[in-house]
Amino acid sequence: MTPTEWGIVALAAAGAFFGGVAAVGLVRFPDVYTRSHAASKSDTLGAVLAVAAAAFALQSGLSTAKSVFLLLFMFVTNPTAAHAVARAARDQGIEAWTVDEGDDR
Amino acid sequence: MVELETALLAVAAAFVAFAVVALYRVYVGPTTHDRVIAVNVAGTNTVIAIALVAAAFQESTFLDIALVYALLNFLLSIAFSKFSVERGGVL
Repeated sequence: MTPTEWGIVALAAAGAFFGGVAAVGLVRFPDVYTRSHAASKSDTLGAVLAVAAAAFALQSGLSTAKSVFLLLFMFVTNPTAAHAVARAARDQGIEAWTVDEGDDR
Repeated sequence: MVELETALLAVAAAFVAFAVVALYRVYVGPTTHDRVIAVNVAGTNTVIAIALVAAAFQESTFLDIALVYALLNFLLSIAFSKFSVERGGVL
């Protein structure tokens, strides 16, 4: 493979790593707010890296433009959606998780 | 030596696996907000998988599907957070 292709594979692998971090955080974290933190930040970074790999791998100019547009769109909307859901949870009075005695997590 | 197509498809498969992991949180999540966040993550991973498959097969039309899926995914979260609160305005 050429060095460009190695760069594409490295970008895609980094995106898969951050997607895995988001999945682990979504399963392991204790309440809505921490889960939304894991889901918004790690998954957005993973999405941006993976879609950037797709943008470099696509040959025609129109496809690259489309995938760059998709990247920018996800970069804006993903944290916005997580913020809106977390704020709705806050308005409904869902308590945040706190450390209490005898909890060794 | 691995081909570029194979590597991109493997990463797409990894994102599909992470979406399945997110479905666990949809199943057990104690509040509805947990479920909506997990569905959002699963949808985002689906969009990434579609984009990577488009790059692997050099199919430009798959990217249109990915864009529409991203729009619907965003609309789901915003609609839920708007209509689940009584006073209405969230953003």
